[in-house]
Amino acid sequence: MRAMAYQRKLDIKNGRVDLSHGAGGRAMAQLISGLFHEAFGNEWLARGNDQAAFDVGAGRMVMTTDGYVVSPLFFPGGNIGSLAVHGTINDVAMGGARPLYLSASFIIEEGFRFSDLKTIADSMGEAARAAGVYIITGDTKVVERGKADGMFISTTGVGVLADGLDLSAEKARVGDRVLVSGSLGDHGAAIMSRRQNLAFETEIVSDSAALHHLVALMVAAGGSSIRVMRDPTRGGLAATLNEIAHQSGLGFRLQEKAIPVKPAVAAACELLGLDPLHVANEGKLVAIVAPDMADAVLAAMRAHPLGCDAADIGEAVADNHRFVQISTSFGGGRIVDWLWGEQLPRIC
Amino acid sequence: MKYADEFRDKTIAQGLARAIGAEAESQREYRFMEFCGGHTHAISRYGLEDILPANVCMIHGPGCPVCVLPASRIDMAIRLAERPEVTLCVYGDLMRVPGSQGKSLLSAKAYGADIRMVYSTLDAIRIAEQAPNREVVFFAIGFETTTPPTAVMIRLAEKKWLKNVSVFCNHVLTPAAMHNILEGPDIHNGGRIEIDGFVGPAHVSTIIGTKPYEVLAEQFDKPIVIGGFEPLDMMQAILMLVRQVNEGRYEVENQYSRAVTRKGNRRAQEEVSDIFELRDHFEWRGLGLVPHSGLKLKQAYAQFDAEMRFAMHEVRVADNPACECGAILRGLKRPVDCKLFGTICTPEIPIGSCMVSSEGACAAHWTYGRFRDHQLRRA
Repeated sequence: MRAMAYQRKLDIKNGRVDLSHGAGGRAMAQLISGLFHEAFGNEWLARGNDQAAFDVGAGRMVMTTDGYVVSPLFFPGGNIGSLAVHGTINDVAMGGARPLYLSASFIIEEGFRFSDLKTIADSMGEAARAAGVYIITGDTKVVERGKADGMFISTTGVGVLADGLDLSAEKARVGDRVLVSGSLGDHGAAIMSRRQNLAFETEIVSDSAALHHLVALMVAAGGSSIRVMRDPTRGGLAATLNEIAHQSGLGFRLQEKAIPVKPAVAAACELLGLDPLHVANEGKLVAIVAPDMADAVLAAMRAHPLGCDAADIGEAVADNHRFVQISTSFGGGRIVDWLWGEQLPRIC
Repeated sequence: MKYADEFRDKTIAQGLARAIGAEAESQREYRFMEFCGGHTHAISRYGLEDILPANVCMIHGPGCPVCVLPASRIDMAIRLAERPEVTLCVYGDLMRVPGSQGKSLLSAKAYGADIRMVYSTLDAIRIAEQAPNREVVFFAIGFETTTPPTAVMIRLAEKKWLKNVSVFCNHVLTPAAMHNILEGPDIHNGGRIEIDGFVGPAHVSTIIGTKPYEVLAEQFDKPIVIGGFEPLDMMQAILMLVRQVNEGRYEVENQYSRAVTRKGNRRAQEEVSDIFELRDHFEWRGLGLVPHSGLKLKQAYAQFDAEMRFAMHEVRVADNPACECGAILRGLKRPVDCKLFGTICTPEIPIGSCMVSSEGACAAHWTYGRFRDHQLRRA
């Protein structure tokens, strides 16, 4: 029997994806094994099956899915790959769960540089390894030029939730504290600074990060006194708190001066006429916590590098209208409403 | 944030609030209109209503160019964008503005029209250079502040010999709108105009100066204080208005002296008057046809005038008859007095002009201030 036929090596430096890389033939197999397996390296992928079988520990399973269409694909502080891994891990973690496995599906445009694809795949692998999570199954499709603006990634995440833990918005009660894990608006501002028709010079870097270790510390400190956690991505803190208000039937009252916003982000928002509370985050969380445990949870957050700027920014109040209100630093009051319309498309 | 936080200082605000409270006569009400959307936004964003004395009442004016653009002009723009050869460049906040029959540029884009969101007139030039086979039209809107950039764009297109660039001109003039509000139909029917004075435009006045308002102050016996968009600017301008009212003065004063002069920016004025001329009248959403309130391109620049180039027909679309925007813009009614407010008219699906952009009176009240209505009812 003959050994595998000769196949030219992938030219990572100068090569580009073409339609054959999605056609199911040898070119596709080569791309998957030479680039993705290399980057994600784990026993499940190495077996080369269409699915991955895995063990799960005790507790309930958690599952989430997410699509990534961010533009530009590379931004200060990350790229679409690391963003996809962090975002999916965070969606699992916000339930209080421990993320275990991810799937990743790539829709790539013909003409996409192998070198860019490798950078993206490598940073996915790196993000997953750093998080202790494995990308164990995936899919690759190639579409004609102009049909996918470079690339789209969609990911699914699976995790396990310890028995007895059930975080949900309707558990919020009057008097609960509102905690945020750090400064708001970094991701959105970083993306905006790189948009072609908007580009401005700034040191702002996306906060894209996996939050499950921070969550584990919080759960250890607060247990089920943590009513609900969310990562305020699109629509920012404003959207997240309005969602929770809507689901819990409560209102929120915030103190503007307690809300952490970096001066550079505040300045960028000022320039563009945006409210930092509407700007997306990819490495921050909001937690609604019972008042007697809020200080303990806050201390646990501050003990973790991703929570060192955590702050208590307000409380849940009885309000049939479910308004999120804020006392401004200037001394007045206002509503923090949902964002209406689209502030900035394709932020994640 | 440097150069911004200084104008948002709580302690100084409290001092100004005390001064306004001390000088405002307690037995009367002071009703001031802040003209610009930027002012309205500052009032709502910083919660100025909670800081001002209860008898100083702010009425939100028509100074939001997106809000006052009539549905007919949106319809015209949609028709233009639907032409296969046209690429329409618009500022993002125009995308959601409803034309008639609920259509917007955003929905037209979804149906296949080539509509691009731009941040500057120069983006439109760049698009035109990159696509010489497309007819690139810039949807120009705004008050005197945004007219000079449109003028620059036309100059640049001329200089670069760009044959595929034109402008759908919707630039409007502030003093004409102020005049219209002060001379509203109610006056002639023995009605009142319940405005004691104006916080006059900030950025607009950097271009046109304070002089054009002098004739208005004199003709209508109304004090006008040009005020900046920071909350402390607003408070100081309000204090200056209270003083004028108390002393029976009707003058144009300049609170925003760090940016505004009496004569304004001559260079910008010259650019604008070289290229644009007055229209006989222009339609404003909420105010109707306002004489000499809009600009069009001069005959010499007809090749850059999309209305000429594409033989665009003017259309008229009636506002919703239940909509109270006109009365709200004249200070006769408040947003909550309109039965459409918060029912079928919300920022997601605006019916009237004041709900269209966050700077409009109704949208600002809905977005930032509607909790106060419930507080009142409870009290």
